[in-house]
Amino acid sequence: MSLSKQHELHTRRYSRNVGVGLVLVGVIAIVFGLTVVKVTRGDYEPASTQTVTQ
Amino acid sequence: MTDTSINTQAHSHDTEAQFSDYFALLKPRVMTLVVFTAFVGLLAAPTPVHPFIGFCAILFIAIGGGASGALNMWWDADIDAVMKRTQRRPIPAGKVTGDEAFAIGIALSAFSVVFLGLASNWVAAGLLAFTIFFYVVIYTMWLKRWTPQNIVIGGAAGAFPPMIGWAVATGGISVESVLMFCLTFMWTPPHFWALALFMRKDYDNADVPMLTVTHGRRSTRIHILVYTVLLAVLAIGAGFTSIGGPIYLTVAVVLNVLFLRGAVQIWKRDEDMSEEDNFLVERKFFKLSLLYLFAHFGAILVEAGFDKFGVWA
Repeated sequence: MSLSKQHELHTRRYSRNVGVGLVLVGVIAIVFGLTVVKVTRGDYEPASTQTVTQ
Repeated sequence: MTDTSINTQAHSHDTEAQFSDYFALLKPRVMTLVVFTAFVGLLAAPTPVHPFIGFCAILFIAIGGGASGALNMWWDADIDAVMKRTQRRPIPAGKVTGDEAFAIGIALSAFSVVFLGLASNWVAAGLLAFTIFFYVVIYTMWLKRWTPQNIVIGGAAGAFPPMIGWAVATGGISVESVLMFCLTFMWTPPHFWALALFMRKDYDNADVPMLTVTHGRRSTRIHILVYTVLLAVLAIGAGFTSIGGPIYLTVAVVLNVLFLRGAVQIWKRDEDMSEEDNFLVERKFFKLSLLYLFAHFGAILVEAGFDKFGVWA
């Protein structure tokens, strides 16, 4: 039988799926943000470069 | 897609877990204390932190605290089912299985520690890992069901967040961060013993060796008074160190006088008096204890802000 009408279980699981989706988007945003901050601050530059720039 | 693809066997409609049930595993109310005290530790530190790194660090500390909460619920599911206060938690309510809670707890613990290390430094990450270990293994698995001192020693787990926040900024441990640790550490026993006095049947039924069960309720009242006196000395004494100042001292004196008054009232009362007004004094003391901690850390935060803007200079 095909589901022409949304089952109540689907509605319940939809909220869970949205939650997981938002968490994943949040993780991506955090990793991206941290990378931008760390790279622009020069955290990943080789020690010799840091000495020169200082 | 057909009906057969819907798994209706595992959970009935009423017990199917929502996203909020998984979130409840992280003990969000405890998390607010963790977030706030870690935030104060971070801002009270003399070293500035990039706002985004600071935000992420607090988030990872909160996730680590939440992960230890999930592992605590996994281990304590049997006693949570017996105690009225905890019966509606996701595992005893049948919404989340113990295995799910364990998996979430372990995964989030690893995630929070590794990400805190990468975002800030490994001293802070090490402290977070130790906090999770202390809360789950030392407190939950070992002390809680073994000794009436469970709350005293176990309270250390809840006291670490300001130290972690401080370590995020400075990369180390110092007298100031240890003082913030001591404040929460000494506050925990009177806070929980007051709760144990008016939630009396809960701990009896669950066979948890709370002081009220092992040493009696009279002894618990005496213990609350003794710890409150020690806490007052520490809290007011901290006002004369570098984390204190005029605002902190004012807050500390006012709140410690109120807290001591409450402890003396609890000490003077017997069970008949408490039964008569349904533990009104004990309940008030418990509520005041929540304000007590938030106000002390709030005052440390204000002092740190004034220091940075040179108000006292």
